[in-house]
Amino acid sequence: MKFTRRTALAASAATAATAAIAGCSSSSGGGDGGSGGGDIELTVATFNEFGYEDLFAKYEAENPGVTITHKKAATADDARANLMTGLAAGSGLADVEGVEVGWWAELLQYADVFEDLTDPELEGRWLDWKVEAATVDGKLVGYGTDIGPEAIAYRADLFEKAGLPTDRTEVAELLTGDWETYFEAGRQFTEATGIPWFDGAGGTFNGMVQQLTHPYETADGTPVPLAENADVKAIYDLLVEYKDISGGMTQWEEDWTASFQSDGFATMLCPPWMMGPLSGNADGVEGWDIADVFPGGGGNWGGSYLAVPSQGKNVEEAKKLAAWLTAPAQQAAAFAAVGAFPSQLEALESEEVTSSVNPFFNDAPVGEIFSERATAIEVQPFMGPNFFVINTVVADAITRWDGDGVDPAESWEQALTAYDELGLA
Amino acid sequence: MTASTRPTTSSEPSGPAPAPPSRRTPASPARTARRSRLARLDMRVTPYVFVSPFFLLFFLVGLFPILYTAWVSLHDWDLIRGQGDFVGLANFEFVLGSDNFYKALRNTFSIFLLSSVPQVIAAILIAYVLDANLRAKTFWRMGVLVPFIVAPVAVSLIFTKIFADQSGLVNNVLMGVGLPAIEWHSDALAAHFAIATMVNFRWTGYNALIFLAAMQAIPREIYEAAIIDGTGRMRRFLHVTVPMLRPTIIFVVITSTIGGLQIFDEPRMFDTGGQGGASRQWMTMTMYLYELGWGPQISFGRASAVAWLLFLIIIAIGILNFLITKRIAHSGGPAKGTR
Repeated sequence: MKFTRRTALAASAATAATAAIAGCSSSSGGGDGGSGGGDIELTVATFNEFGYEDLFAKYEAENPGVTITHKKAATADDARANLMTGLAAGSGLADVEGVEVGWWAELLQYADVFEDLTDPELEGRWLDWKVEAATVDGKLVGYGTDIGPEAIAYRADLFEKAGLPTDRTEVAELLTGDWETYFEAGRQFTEATGIPWFDGAGGTFNGMVQQLTHPYETADGTPVPLAENADVKAIYDLLVEYKDISGGMTQWEEDWTASFQSDGFATMLCPPWMMGPLSGNADGVEGWDIADVFPGGGGNWGGSYLAVPSQGKNVEEAKKLAAWLTAPAQQAAAFAAVGAFPSQLEALESEEVTSSVNPFFNDAPVGEIFSERATAIEVQPFMGPNFFVINTVVADAITRWDGDGVDPAESWEQALTAYDELGLA
Repeated sequence: MTASTRPTTSSEPSGPAPAPPSRRTPASPARTARRSRLARLDMRVTPYVFVSPFFLLFFLVGLFPILYTAWVSLHDWDLIRGQGDFVGLANFEFVLGSDNFYKALRNTFSIFLLSSVPQVIAAILIAYVLDANLRAKTFWRMGVLVPFIVAPVAVSLIFTKIFADQSGLVNNVLMGVGLPAIEWHSDALAAHFAIATMVNFRWTGYNALIFLAAMQAIPREIYEAAIIDGTGRMRRFLHVTVPMLRPTIIFVVITSTIGGLQIFDEPRMFDTGGQGGASRQWMTMTMYLYELGWGPQISFGRASAVAWLLFLIIIAIGILNFLITKRIAHSGGPAKGTR
């Protein structure tokens, strides 16, 4: 009896002490703070490949007493579902959660469930637009990990057949300009070979819409009625005009995967992470190359963050780990391990990144190309809570004529009806 | 028990003479009455006590969620924020006013009919063949169950390769013999057919085994009598086997109805988007529910409204099934008469 009472007292005293310490050391509060000096167990949840496996061991070695458990989801969708469920339940999440950039659209309205990661020491570590995408009302909710600056991947052998230049600098020159320049070159190509220019209108639309500053919503999050959204309609109409040079395939679909082996198309928008799936699907096909160009300036597709949910027990330690993992040196190591392209300015200039070449793409200096593409990006589109609902409506409209053979004008009408049904206004 | 009743016994004036302490006290009339009352209570209550764990669990994980879902459906309920304002029937209004709901209803019933009907017929035929005198019986019987062991997602992965629009096996064969390719992912009916094929692949063997068990329970004398009467194989199957299977057919139809109306895995895995196609050609009710609750709208209120509508539809179909069953049971004379 006496023994247990004593330990209970000691434990409560310790809790009070740590609470006091946490109260002093950080103004943000939130969880219990670090537990003074004892063993700390941190869990990190990621998806696909973040390239952290070796880094965890390094961190554990440098920080005695810290044990890291890695929870790795097979797909981003699984990870998103898990994150949403954990946030809804108020428990069960990892101390550090990987967040895909697209999820912020929904998550930023719940910014209060994440820790504020703002740290003056870390200012200037990342590309500006990368930080902006995870900042809401001055609160930084995620540290940037990787990014997806887009370039154009192309089949040099097919270009040769069509009488187009094949060298990557010449191709870059050919395609420099707006989207019409890119599509016109495509028309010339398709007329000469009969092969579609790009894989599908859906994937291309995705690249185009990401260049708008406010695709579907105004800065305060009010949705722009689709019928009045001239920017999006212009992109839609442009794609319809060049319907004949589209391969009509939806990305990740069985037909898309198979088309890499059957000369299904000649070019596609390619962020660094796409190199893996592309070279996998096109295994044995020779002629793929990457040009340092992207129509309409720069564009970003994908990339992730590390966030610290406030429900965690060791938020302070979790913040430290997240900051360490997203430091330039670590992200350069992750790039070397799995090709996750860093979002840190210093890492973009590091030897590991700039010297990297990809043998599959005819030894293209991909590190240099994508670093160049990253600096060309000027805007990160505003994604409010309604971004994905509206984007799905438009993407469906495009798939209807690109893949299903519905008349484009009729499909747009259907999209307007679908938009009204959402009842957003 | 005895200890507590002792004082009562001693106070009884008309009680029998006290027995020697070594022997058990015989029961007084009052005690007998009490005992028999207890025994009766025991008889009556014990079965309920034994089945109660199921019902307690059902209340906890079945009835409570159903009622709670009704509560959620009357609110503006966000996945993460939780309960919002009370909105009355607005969520139901939204769902019933949405085209997608009717599309989902159409798709669900279409896929259900395309899967359940051929499935039951094929399962009976397979069971009939398995019931015959085959070599290596167990091998064949286990064989039909193999597709059932395969996870639905794996089945979907295999079938997406078979039903791909351009590179798929089926279309390659069709085009090889000069027929036009079928647009599996554009045409609604074609998509339903493809999805129903996946469902059938998985469930036919399972149902065949249930039918096989029922077939083996049919008394062989009936067949012998039929043979003596000079009926052919075909007539024996149609007029003896099938009528005798009636209760089993009803069981299989009801279970496959409930399963069929809740179909999710196969249509969701039919393409990578998982939303049921650009025009929602193969979006089922449960997919619609998922899209509302966990999709970009993250509205649990609306998702709960769909859940309740689906619940009511299943109940309605269940009652319909029950009525049909009753009619069949009444008209099912011959099967009973032969016994």
